[in-house]
Amino acid sequence: MVGRAQPVSTWPGVGAAGLVAALILGTLAAVALRAETAGGFGPADWSALRFTSVQAVLSAVFSAALAIPVARALARRRFRGRRVLITLLGAPFILPVIVAILGLLQVFGRAGWISDVLGLVGLPPLRIYGLHGVVLAHVFFNLPLATRLILQAWQEIPAERFRLAAQLGCDGGTMFRLIELPMLRRILPGVLAVIFAICLTSFAVALTLGGGPRATTLELAIYQAFTYDFDLGRAALLSALQLALTVAAALAALRFSQRDGFGAGLDRAIRRWDGGAPVRDAFWIFAAAAFLFLPLAAVLISGLAGLFEMPIQVLRAALTSVLVACVSTVVFLTLALPMAFAVAAGRYGIVELSGILGLAASPLVIGTGLFILIHPVANPSTLALPVTALVNAVMALPFGLRILVPAAREVVTRHGRLALSLDMNKKTFFTLVLLPRMRPQIRFAAGLSAALSMGDLGVIALFADPQIATLPLQIYRLMGAYQMQAAAGAALLLLLLSMGAFWLLDRGGRHHAET
Amino acid sequence: MKHLMIAAGILSATSAMAADTPQLTVYTYDSFVSDWGPGPKVEEAFEAQCDCDLNLVGVEDGAALLSRVRLEGANSDADVVLGLDTNLIAAAKETGLFAPSSVRAEYDLPIEWADDVFVPYDWGYFAFVHNADAPAPASFRDLADSEAKIIIQDPRSSTPGLGLLLWVKAAYGDDAPEIWAGLADNIVTVTKGWSEAYGLFLDGEADMVLSYTTSPAYHLIAEEDDSKAAAAFDEGHYMQVEVAAKLAGTDQPELSDQFLRFMVSDTFQQIIPTTNWMYPAVIPSTGLPDGFDALITPEKSLLFSADEAASVRDEALTEWLGALSQ
Repeated sequence: MVGRAQPVSTWPGVGAAGLVAALILGTLAAVALRAETAGGFGPADWSALRFTSVQAVLSAVFSAALAIPVARALARRRFRGRRVLITLLGAPFILPVIVAILGLLQVFGRAGWISDVLGLVGLPPLRIYGLHGVVLAHVFFNLPLATRLILQAWQEIPAERFRLAAQLGCDGGTMFRLIELPMLRRILPGVLAVIFAICLTSFAVALTLGGGPRATTLELAIYQAFTYDFDLGRAALLSALQLALTVAAALAALRFSQRDGFGAGLDRAIRRWDGGAPVRDAFWIFAAAAFLFLPLAAVLISGLAGLFEMPIQVLRAALTSVLVACVSTVVFLTLALPMAFAVAAGRYGIVELSGILGLAASPLVIGTGLFILIHPVANPSTLALPVTALVNAVMALPFGLRILVPAAREVVTRHGRLALSLDMNKKTFFTLVLLPRMRPQIRFAAGLSAALSMGDLGVIALFADPQIATLPLQIYRLMGAYQMQAAAGAALLLLLLSMGAFWLLDRGGRHHAET
Repeated sequence: MKHLMIAAGILSATSAMAADTPQLTVYTYDSFVSDWGPGPKVEEAFEAQCDCDLNLVGVEDGAALLSRVRLEGANSDADVVLGLDTNLIAAAKETGLFAPSSVRAEYDLPIEWADDVFVPYDWGYFAFVHNADAPAPASFRDLADSEAKIIIQDPRSSTPGLGLLLWVKAAYGDDAPEIWAGLADNIVTVTKGWSEAYGLFLDGEADMVLSYTTSPAYHLIAEEDDSKAAAAFDEGHYMQVEVAAKLAGTDQPELSDQFLRFMVSDTFQQIIPTTNWMYPAVIPSTGLPDGFDALITPEKSLLFSADEAASVRDEALTEWLGALSQ
């Protein structure tokens, strides 16, 4: 497609992609160049690589496999509270790691709710610690993302196809095979690659749920190289390995994801005529909701007591976090939109790749690299907030692009030729066609970026200044000072703020509720 | 982004304008500077007497703190680094970035202190904390034979985690792998840091958690809750001594010395017990706060010297990984 006239410019997107790649690879290079000795791998690193890959593959496969029936059920059913449910489904994804661990273990732990129930009927407590625990936790984090991405693809199937299938008398199974399966084959490779990459950088979750040093991941090895051994060369090498794995996964996803070869539709609201199996759909919706909401309920219950005796410092940190989330979202959109348009206009390879790099970049390496680069010219702690906002925006890019790219591609292929034949200039195409048609996806992506930025500890801990703290950092500080109850209250506040920001920007998932 | 950069530039320009009062920059770990740590009180008290601006910068934990100083090297903005412990001293000295100081005090430490670079400001014993109404083992072998479930921290990412590693090594030497093998089925899980472990213990996920003998004092004093206790082990308890030193490249050598002297004075030492929840290095004239007298006092204190700690660390880690990765 490259070389043909396009109704949108590709250079801003290529430029943005270049900036992102420069940030991620530049910080990695800064760390590598600062190293005193050339790093090398030890046997422990190889076993970390093995464990990291195995758990990431399993987590991706289980998250995506479970997301399919949940997304299908949500796509087929209309019920009261569906919109709220879809928004809340996103909550686990944005929880700070330490809060999520405590919430998960209050449900699935030795002394968790499930073990309590088992105890009532005389059964031993659940044995959650191990590889299965790691996968369970990662499914908890990523099932919502997978469900949202797949659900979105479901909503983007032209309504005409379902109508035609219904006229031809297709039953649910046939409809699945003819319409939905091709869609899944298009979207699943990308979903698997994204979740695989997210799980590659897991550290605290994998270690805690994995039950000990058997569950050593690459990210732990990077942390160890930085702090325990101060071996920057090894840290850079391990981080490069993480990036290589992610790029390999992304390339595989690009290769396997087939394009939609079918005709376009007229954007009608989707109506389904295959109303069969309501019990099965209800089961999947109920099971997913229970799995995701029980740990959230644990966070809610332990947070309620602390919510009303919040120290003033927590409220101040909350304000800082909201500010960081706003700036981060603006930066995110400035990078993500041109990149999505460039991909839609055919420049997909390099732009999509640099977009996905953010997933595998170790926050520790980016933070340390930025520190090395900034320190000679400025005081890093005065730049704590801008740097945090920037890094959070880059970290949200991979998710944002997954949301924006399919829609941008659809608009450009569907309306591009007409626009060109009308001699519509790029600016007019952008304001009259592209933006209005992509509004729902832009809102969803912006909401996700804001929520992620709010909940992520990011690099603030590396740059911190005692006067400036974000809410996640303040939660860690409260816990470090034995104030577990206040920390639980602050975690609940964070959850409410993140969900609020998401809801506000996504406008209650309007797009997904009814197209 | 650009506007923020400019705003940040203006902010740093205004703080530079106030630069006629001398500035002392102290790097420390994050929990020290937090609103609930010693930081705010220390800053207020020192600024009241130094006619200077004390700038505390928090960096994650002790190990990350040393990495930060090494990263900045001779160009470090820091004048003083506060928050390393004996396990990090050898590595810190090797960098050549720290300078000796003349500060000495009558330390109330269970050991002799003779280091001309690093000045101790507080200390504590590692211990397993448990619910006071539950039976507690009296040694590592007892613990290994019992059904008690424990949560510990990873020595690769946590200071207490490394402390436990050295505790077992100091108490058992070459038998350490055997002890770890015995403990393997008692360990519920290993966490990245102290906070996760302690949080899980409070949620009831384990019977005991690796922490400090002073942890029950927090519950007693801040929450009036006497339900937590530390188990006394017959082998003795490994110590953590937290230290500070001035950097060789400081442009405020006198002020740095003044800060280190202030650090071992009554004012600073009085702040430590109920904010850092550790024993003060010099017991202040007002004594220890009520509640500290209820804590266990180990019969025997264990501590590797800085050089020993550096030389056994990697071997002990390999043994730990080997025993727990089965």
